[in-house]
Amino acid sequence: MISFNLLIAVSLAYVAFLFAVAFAAERRAAQGKTAWLRSSAIYTLSLSIYCTAWTFYGAVGYAARSGLEYLTIYLGPTLVMIGWWGLVRKLVRIGRTQRLTSIADLISSRFGKSTGLGVLVTALAIVGTTPYIALQLQSVTQAMGVFAANSGEVWGPSDLNRSAMWVAMGLAVFTLIFGTRNLDAHERHHGIVLAIAVEAVVKLFALLAVGIFVVWGVAGGLGPTRALIDASAQAQWAPMPSRWIGLIFVSAAAFLCLPRMFQVLVVENADERVLSTASWAFPTYLLLMSLFVVPIAVVGLDLMPAGANPDLFVVTLPLREGRDGLAILSFLGGFSSATSMVIVATLALATMVSNHIVAPSWLNARMPGAVVSGDVRRVVVMSRRISITAILGLGYIYFRVSGGGEALAAIGLVSFTGVMQVLPAMIGGVFWRGANRWGAVAGISIGFAVWAWTQFLPSFGVDAMLSQAVFERGPFGLSWLRPHALFGIEGIDPLVHATVWSMMLNAGAFVLVSVLTFPNPLERLQGAQFVNVYEYSSGARAWSHSAAQAEDMLVMAQRILGSSEAQALFRAEAAAQGKSGLLPDVTPDFLSHLERELSGSVGAATAHAMIAQLTEGAMVSVDDLIAVADEAAQIMEYSSQLEAKSAEQERTARALREANEKLTAVSIQKDAFLSQISHELRTPMTSIRSFSDILRDGEVDDTARRRFAGIIHDETNRLTRLLDDLLDLGVLESGQVQLNIGEGRLSDVLDRAVMASGIDPARVRIERTPAHEGVTLRTDLERLTQVFINLISNAAKYCAAEKPRLRIKVRQTQGATEVDFCDNGAGIPPEFESMVFEKFSRLEDQGKAGGAGLGLAISRQIMTALGGDITYLPGQGGAGFRVSLPAAAAAPAP
Amino acid sequence: MGRRVLLIEDEPNIIEAISYILSRDGWTVHTHADGETAMDKVHQGVPDLVILDVMLPGRSGYDILRDLRAEAATAHVPVMMLTARGQAKDRELAEALGVTRFMTKPFSNAEVLETVRALAAP
Repeated sequence: MISFNLLIAVSLAYVAFLFAVAFAAERRAAQGKTAWLRSSAIYTLSLSIYCTAWTFYGAVGYAARSGLEYLTIYLGPTLVMIGWWGLVRKLVRIGRTQRLTSIADLISSRFGKSTGLGVLVTALAIVGTTPYIALQLQSVTQAMGVFAANSGEVWGPSDLNRSAMWVAMGLAVFTLIFGTRNLDAHERHHGIVLAIAVEAVVKLFALLAVGIFVVWGVAGGLGPTRALIDASAQAQWAPMPSRWIGLIFVSAAAFLCLPRMFQVLVVENADERVLSTASWAFPTYLLLMSLFVVPIAVVGLDLMPAGANPDLFVVTLPLREGRDGLAILSFLGGFSSATSMVIVATLALATMVSNHIVAPSWLNARMPGAVVSGDVRRVVVMSRRISITAILGLGYIYFRVSGGGEALAAIGLVSFTGVMQVLPAMIGGVFWRGANRWGAVAGISIGFAVWAWTQFLPSFGVDAMLSQAVFERGPFGLSWLRPHALFGIEGIDPLVHATVWSMMLNAGAFVLVSVLTFPNPLERLQGAQFVNVYEYSSGARAWSHSAAQAEDMLVMAQRILGSSEAQALFRAEAAAQGKSGLLPDVTPDFLSHLERELSGSVGAATAHAMIAQLTEGAMVSVDDLIAVADEAAQIMEYSSQLEAKSAEQERTARALREANEKLTAVSIQKDAFLSQISHELRTPMTSIRSFSDILRDGEVDDTARRRFAGIIHDETNRLTRLLDDLLDLGVLESGQVQLNIGEGRLSDVLDRAVMASGIDPARVRIERTPAHEGVTLRTDLERLTQVFINLISNAAKYCAAEKPRLRIKVRQTQGATEVDFCDNGAGIPPEFESMVFEKFSRLEDQGKAGGAGLGLAISRQIMTALGGDITYLPGQGGAGFRVSLPAAAAAPAP
Repeated sequence: MGRRVLLIEDEPNIIEAISYILSRDGWTVHTHADGETAMDKVHQGVPDLVILDVMLPGRSGYDILRDLRAEAATAHVPVMMLTARGQAKDRELAEALGVTRFMTKPFSNAEVLETVRALAAP
């Protein structure tokens, strides 16, 4: 005989242990050590809150009453997890990219962040979950009652109520502490998750222990147990296919739609990779949980006195056998099942209530803009705490009101079918872009009404909520509205009836209204985000990819701001962060800065939407945004074209100014040139005319006449030479020069030039180095000779040395041939060096030397035409010129 | 002795031609071929007429004209300018500086002789 006080002591110790576990997890999470908290084992175990007290105690009772049908409750979730790739993964991905906090958030968010839908789903969840919480309180207190009775106490209803209240209060405290500690965007609760994982282990261990004890310790092994099962009434019950299918569907739907399941399945999931492990581990867990259900039920029915509650066999059987320790373990298993469910359900509901009902009302009551973030935070925490307390209070009140009348499993199924009404909107929302909020509102409302009418209200029992008359003849005599025979279709199992009708009408209304109405733009956007979540998000988490994010933002910003401006913006930001390059960290400051920049171009709303889309981790990347940006860019382009045009005009004007200046300069040069030519032509003509006048006049003696005729002759030659030079230069400058390419030796060309220059070898000594002159040239030899003549005669004319000397030097460099002509005269004053190749650059005081100053200009033109060059060599002691012949024009002599 | 004409010109053949025709007509012709030292030559004995080329080594005919007009002793001396650069702006510049007669090369001997006779007449 164990005392009831021992049970209470053990329970309190267990609760203290759970608190310690939760605190430890929170502390580790605060230190950033969350890796193991996010492991697939913890995740799988946290999913086991699906197995509540209903499963722990109720499954045995279920089997005792309905045979193997209890298995359907496990099969539904098993199918969902095995098919995780299809739906669960998508929900998890959406949950993370959209930072969903609850199933109400999912529905509201998908359908254009509708507040109304959030309220509707929250209300549905509260109505569907409150009985379930009451159920947990009931199962725990019933089990406590068993121990109390075992200690010789007799518990009345007030004792049960009092213990239920204490349990509810204890759970409220636990949830308040660990459920409202942090309000981060992801709503992850490491303490709670680890505590329920521990509880999952405890309840599995307890159930297995009881099962093993019952089979081997009580029944006497597998063989006798089998015989007992075969002999039992349960073995004779044939399953009802429609009910089986209905139950599997309902449990599968509930697994997805129950607020607490969505909490652990989606919200608490930090890494979708754990899903693949959970997809086999969780069904295995369920299999183990169901393994000993039938043996316990059969053995219990066989051993326990008739009328004993089969829901409590897992506790009463060990107690009957005197196994107090096992009984306490079993109680702890049931306690774990109940508390973990209540904690998570309360947390999930409180989040929904505070996010979708309290916070929006509070914000509406305030002037917009008066919101300070600290204020909001305090309000959210407060509203969440009040919600937790209220929900547990509601569960307790329901427990008191219902009086624990119905069997546990029945309440569970009613609850399942209720929350299932969210399913069409959820599935449609994530797979069908056409789904819209009016469809969701219509579907959920109609489904909710049908469920309430056909299942929820009747579940209280005949004459409790609905009168006998309503069941038999329908409300107000409308027989087609009878709760168990809608539209006059009778003879269907009430559960199947409720499931089929509520789902059919729900889904039908959802689809029909969605098709008939139009979604607003935000819904369209969200619809695309949800349905195509894989395209918009990468598997990795948003912040770990901030470089890629920055890159996407840069691409977007370039579209909108233009590349140079966008790059300048990003570079400046990167520099401010102490980074080089164009990709700064995506900090909140930078985001708001970027948003301001963008809003200048595309308007605040669009800019905000763009930034938000990029940062929510929903990388609407690049293509979608580019489409939006392109539209804006078209408008921008028009104005930038205008800018470009004015810039172009400015460029044209500048070009015109430059051209004008150039033309002016050219015309000045041309004036100077014409003036020079005029002077050069008129001077000899003046002499010719004057002397021919004198000769014509007669009265000139023979000597004078001969002399004057000679002058006329010389001046005529001078004139002819000048004209030749001018024509030559004209041809060379126009580039129309005809080259007469031939081969010859450099030495021969030099010989000819020295000869033709008419230089007096007695007056000017020419120094050559014939050894170097053995080069074969392939060029226009006539033109080259002309250049050499010019240089040699210039030296003869201008070298003022007492003993003029001209040195002609040949050099081979890099295949080119250089011929230098250096005299020993005064050279060219530095200030004239730069002009020696200009036309008429003849130094004024050397005018008498003849020639118009075109020689070097012509020489340079010739050398250019031959592909070579002629340059002045300063610092040679006298005037020095270098003629360079290109490699192609020169080859060493054979 | 005849009236003195100073010919400032750097082209030898032109110097010879003008000297010949003026000497034959009875004028005393002094010649000078350098612009730089032309005013020194003037100061050695103010001529009755100056025949001035524009393009001279060292110093242009315009500068010499300006100096001649600037000095009281020579301000009244008739100046006959000869230039091979026969553009309008050359003439305008010369007239602005106070040239007495502006002639473009090539000239006819008769024209030169007539002008000298007209300007340097006693």
